[in-house]
Amino acid sequence: MYIEDKNSHQTHWKEYFSFSSDHKVIGVQYLVTAFIFFLIGGLLAMIVRAELLTPQLNIVSRSLYNGLFTMHGTIMIFLWILPANLGLANYLVPLMIGARDMAFPKLNAIAFWQIPVVGILLLLSFFLPSGTAQAGWWSYPPVSIQNPSGQFINGEFVWLLAIAISGVSSIMGGVNFVTTIVQMRAPGMTYFRMPVYVWTVLSAQLLQLFCLPALTGAAIMLLFDLSFGTDFFSPFSNGDPIIYQHLFWFYSHPAVYVMALPAFGVFSEVIPAFARKPLFGYKVVAVSSFIIAIVGTFVWVHHMFASATPNWMRIFFMASTMLVAVPTGLKVFAWVATLWQGKIRLETPMLFCLGGIVMFLFAGITGVMMASAPFDIHVNNTYFVVGHFHYVVFGTVTMAIYGGIYFWFPKITGRMYLESWGKLHFWLSFIGANLNFFPMHPVGLQGMLRRVSSYDPEFTGWNVLASLGAFLLGMSTLPFIANMISSSLRGHKVSNNPWNSTGLEWTIPSPPPVENFEEIPTITTEPYNYGEPSRFSIDSRTI
Amino acid sequence: MEGPINRHTSEPAEDHLSFGFPVFLLSESIVFVSFFVTYAILRIKNPHWFPPGVSGLDIPKAAVNTVILVASSIVIHFAERALSRHKLINFRRLWLLTAGMGIIFLIGQAMEWHNMPFGLNAGLAGATFYLLTGFHGLHVLIGVILLLLMYRRSLIPNNYQTGHSGVDAVALFWHFVDVIWIILFFLLYIW
Repeated sequence: MYIEDKNSHQTHWKEYFSFSSDHKVIGVQYLVTAFIFFLIGGLLAMIVRAELLTPQLNIVSRSLYNGLFTMHGTIMIFLWILPANLGLANYLVPLMIGARDMAFPKLNAIAFWQIPVVGILLLLSFFLPSGTAQAGWWSYPPVSIQNPSGQFINGEFVWLLAIAISGVSSIMGGVNFVTTIVQMRAPGMTYFRMPVYVWTVLSAQLLQLFCLPALTGAAIMLLFDLSFGTDFFSPFSNGDPIIYQHLFWFYSHPAVYVMALPAFGVFSEVIPAFARKPLFGYKVVAVSSFIIAIVGTFVWVHHMFASATPNWMRIFFMASTMLVAVPTGLKVFAWVATLWQGKIRLETPMLFCLGGIVMFLFAGITGVMMASAPFDIHVNNTYFVVGHFHYVVFGTVTMAIYGGIYFWFPKITGRMYLESWGKLHFWLSFIGANLNFFPMHPVGLQGMLRRVSSYDPEFTGWNVLASLGAFLLGMSTLPFIANMISSSLRGHKVSNNPWNSTGLEWTIPSPPPVENFEEIPTITTEPYNYGEPSRFSIDSRTI
Repeated sequence: MEGPINRHTSEPAEDHLSFGFPVFLLSESIVFVSFFVTYAILRIKNPHWFPPGVSGLDIPKAAVNTVILVASSIVIHFAERALSRHKLINFRRLWLLTAGMGIIFLIGQAMEWHNMPFGLNAGLAGATFYLLTGFHGLHVLIGVILLLLMYRRSLIPNNYQTGHSGVDAVALFWHFVDVIWIILFFLLYIW
């Protein structure tokens, strides 16, 4: 039975187009903006996959092909995964820790509004006479500093500018999240009473703060090499391109954890709610986020096993990379143990999380395979790497973001999505993703190189399968879009806590009032107390 | 949008700034670290560092500049102390003195750039010298602007009744710029 909560606050649609400093408005702004760029990045990927349907080059030119995969990677990472995660985190972190907003609300809005600027800059670079950047999302010199068009404003220049703006936005976000989580927790909300999602956001944002500036530094020097005639990274004079690789991966490997940790957080929230059991080993799962962040800062050279890296370095980074499997494995173990003998309900958020964990397990196994230097040198620069990476960023992180959106949709809108369409969306995504990304492993083992538009005809079969998967993935977004639009306008209204979840965010009206909490609650126990008395009290009342 | 629970404030509280700003500075320092590391590796790998005809940088002039910047860090410390003892006039004087010393430092830098025997494109020595001093100089410039903005704010009556975390943050920024310069001085000039 539904009883309208008089305190719920329906945000006027115009607010979403304004410079709002409300973390809930900013959260939705991030999510919707990121999803639009996800569609654009997906479209680019489908053109790439269409080109790869046949071994010959027949749809796009080689240089446009280079631009397509470069923009696909850049958009998906900097304009989909990172901002979509920030959207969920913006909406949820203050609610989960019992705060009225973020620590720096205006800074939050400034950080968000840089995201559309980054996206528009990148998309406009398609119309430059030189075309877009073509050096891949990692933008290695010397390819990235060649500038064949000779123009000052070229695709690579715009790319570097966009990355710099995105970096400034991320640092603002990082300062904001860390300050919020450290300083604004409700009374009684000790670190070991925070939901795992907040732990994962904290560790991810600390990684951003500590590692991202290395990429900023590298990008500044690359810009000087490209545009002002210096030679920091130029192998044609005394510069050293390997230094760029080190600086790039010092950020961009931890960036994978910046993307994946909040996904682990979503799994840790959804699974207990749909298994009706407390999260198994809560403290271990929480702390393992930090261990992943710390160990993950010292593994970056595994991207450079084939970059004339000395053997002692290869051995050290091989070992440290394999070590990451321990805290991540602990998490998977804890999720499975939470499911064990639970009263499992297979609704859409749970389906996405279970699908995500299955694909994460696969990504983790291929990850450990590639951590081994001899194996990695064999598959270096092949589709095996691409397959592994997509099992992480799509199979794990995007599935978790979808799961999170469905799970918190009733909180954000006060309405319920259509379950049947949600299930359709899940199965299309899950089948499409595996069809798309699994064939990349065998074809990579057989030696098909990444970033080439034509290939040996013997690889055709696997490539056709992968392309079919890509088109299926493209289709999978249609029921999601239809569901989100129609359900947020006309979905049936639901109570404040439709999943009977124990999180603090579920104790307040849906959609939450502007100030979130009428009174800041006092927290008395650990989270995930499914099957136990309530953990919150306001005065003497329990909720 | 009415009622007691809708007082939505968008101004950060004082103590958030005094926590968040050092966090930001730690992050910002990593950009400098990435430059320092690049510089060190390139310099070790290239024994013939300076362009032909140049044997090194002008250490005495840079040392004078270093003394000015380090001394300004001491001045700003006394400015902060004056403020916490509610000696507002003293605070303003010392605060402006810091900004003045920052400006003298910048002028010294500009003169050094002007008299440099090699340019940005004179190999790695030119590239690293101008990048490091330029990026640091940009921070000094931002610091001076922040100092002057804070000076203007200090003229608002009763501005420091509820604390002065903005002043503390700018002072911390100034110390940060100072420490970066000391490292830079040793790397670029003494090494």
